[in-house]
Amino acid sequence: MQKRLETVFWSGFGIIVMIYALVPVAWIISLSLKRSGDLNDQRFIPSAISFDNYRAIFEDAQFPAALWNSFGIALIATTLSILLAMFAAYAIVRLEFSGKQWVLAGVLAISMFPPVSIIGPLFNLWRIIGLFDTWAGLVIPYMTFTLPLAIWTLSAFFRELPWDLDKSARIDGATPFQAFFHIIAPLAAPGVFTAAILVFIFAWNDFLFATSLTSTNAARTVPAAIAFFTGSSQFEQPTGSIAAASVVVTLPVIVIVLLFQKRIVAGLTAGAVKG
Amino acid sequence: MTSRASAERRLAWLLCAPALAAMLLVTAYPIGYALWLSLHRYDLRFPQQSQFVGLANYISVLGSEVWWQALINTLIITVASVTVELVLGFALALLMFKATLGRRTVRTVILIPYAMITVVSALAWKFAFDPTTGFVNALLDLDQAWLSERWSAFFVIVFSEIWKTTPFMALLLLAGLTLIPQDLNRAARVDGASAWQRLIKITLPLMKPTILVALLFRTLDAFRIFDTVYVQTRGAANTETVSVVGYNVLIARLNLGLGSAVSVLIFISVLIISLLFIKGFGAPLSQARRK
Repeated sequence: MQKRLETVFWSGFGIIVMIYALVPVAWIISLSLKRSGDLNDQRFIPSAISFDNYRAIFEDAQFPAALWNSFGIALIATTLSILLAMFAAYAIVRLEFSGKQWVLAGVLAISMFPPVSIIGPLFNLWRIIGLFDTWAGLVIPYMTFTLPLAIWTLSAFFRELPWDLDKSARIDGATPFQAFFHIIAPLAAPGVFTAAILVFIFAWNDFLFATSLTSTNAARTVPAAIAFFTGSSQFEQPTGSIAAASVVVTLPVIVIVLLFQKRIVAGLTAGAVKG
Repeated sequence: MTSRASAERRLAWLLCAPALAAMLLVTAYPIGYALWLSLHRYDLRFPQQSQFVGLANYISVLGSEVWWQALINTLIITVASVTVELVLGFALALLMFKATLGRRTVRTVILIPYAMITVVSALAWKFAFDPTTGFVNALLDLDQAWLSERWSAFFVIVFSEIWKTTPFMALLLLAGLTLIPQDLNRAARVDGASAWQRLIKITLPLMKPTILVALLFRTLDAFRIFDTVYVQTRGAANTETVSVVGYNVLIARLNLGLGSAVSVLIFISVLIISLLFIKGFGAPLSQARRK
């Protein structure tokens, strides 16, 4: 009887959690589908559906440019960050060396570092050396600030790998190179992929660097572009366009996260607790 | 040291070097530059008037109402959101741990807030609470201009923060929960301990290291809050946080000297918070790291 009551309690709680997580997503989708005349009707569900807002944001030059910038910058930053983190994580997990504590302490310090403390210097430096409002100007800080996350996640995954397998492959006559690419790399791939998703989401999400270090369509990413959307006239609030743009940048990430749900949970918790 | 050990050591440093170099170049060097800038009068609108002014920038920041008000606002938002997140996150972690029905579904939907861009979630809640566009007033039958009054604006900001980051907290705590040996709970149950007693006497003490790590990270993260406040109020209605002040002085007003003083003060505040955590709870923190 008590067991049954507990099940009912936890199931009810589960339903509340689902509503909690889904309401803002459903709301922004609903806003994006409303006709411009209905935007202020305060209804959660649109009375009529229209795709005008989506058409409008893709006809304007600003949003497609921002989408391209966001995608390119996040992808390059992710690739570089994961590459550097793989080297470091391999050294941390597989090699004995004095000073390992210092490396770990440095990584921890960066993860606590407040980015707002360096936007002034970076703004000035980037202006002087010509990185202001360029892709590289954002790739560099994103790569750096995602390194702790990448190193922690990768070390946690690398620790679980059966490294001795490559020894037995070499006894069987494989070269070190073959042993690595045929035995270790395929086993490490899922962990690397998970770390890459986490890093990509971090870079995709950033707003502070994106607003401080860009000024035009040349490098402005989606979060910054959405925050500075203006209506077609000064009397019209761009609510509908903002909502449509929000849906376009949110849904793909949600789909990816849901597809790789299990790995992402493992990656997030491994990186944060066990590092 | 044998030659093999020293070769291993060299390889290790070689492998860590690129990551360490990137981290030093993008944080240590700029923070040093910020320190240098903060000792100068340096306004990009009047660059020819630049000169060394010593601690004058710090004196004017620390003497201004704006900085202290922003610090108080930041602390209010930090304490309110982290407290609620801890309680909610713990409940969620227990749910994911215990639920038999729909456990997978809960674990899945809980990642949605994590996947949403902070700016987008801040805008979604801003529109939801908006008196003309939003459904909240209609739902509650209220006529409240949420974001134009200080405390209701704080409510919306903290609410958005909680929505966005509780799942992350819950996942961290869930990881801690799974490390607790289940035999302990079963034995206590057999001995007649109630669910509440088991939570207080067994689960919470064993979770202490995990809770502290989660608290430290979320506190530092909340203290840096920028996106949500900037999108929802831009600091209006007396809701400015230290990051918003820093951004405004540096990027909007282009006063790099004064702004860098704010940056350095934020850096020092973060340092103090981390030291308090590490000094206060040092042992359990390193214990959690070792696992």
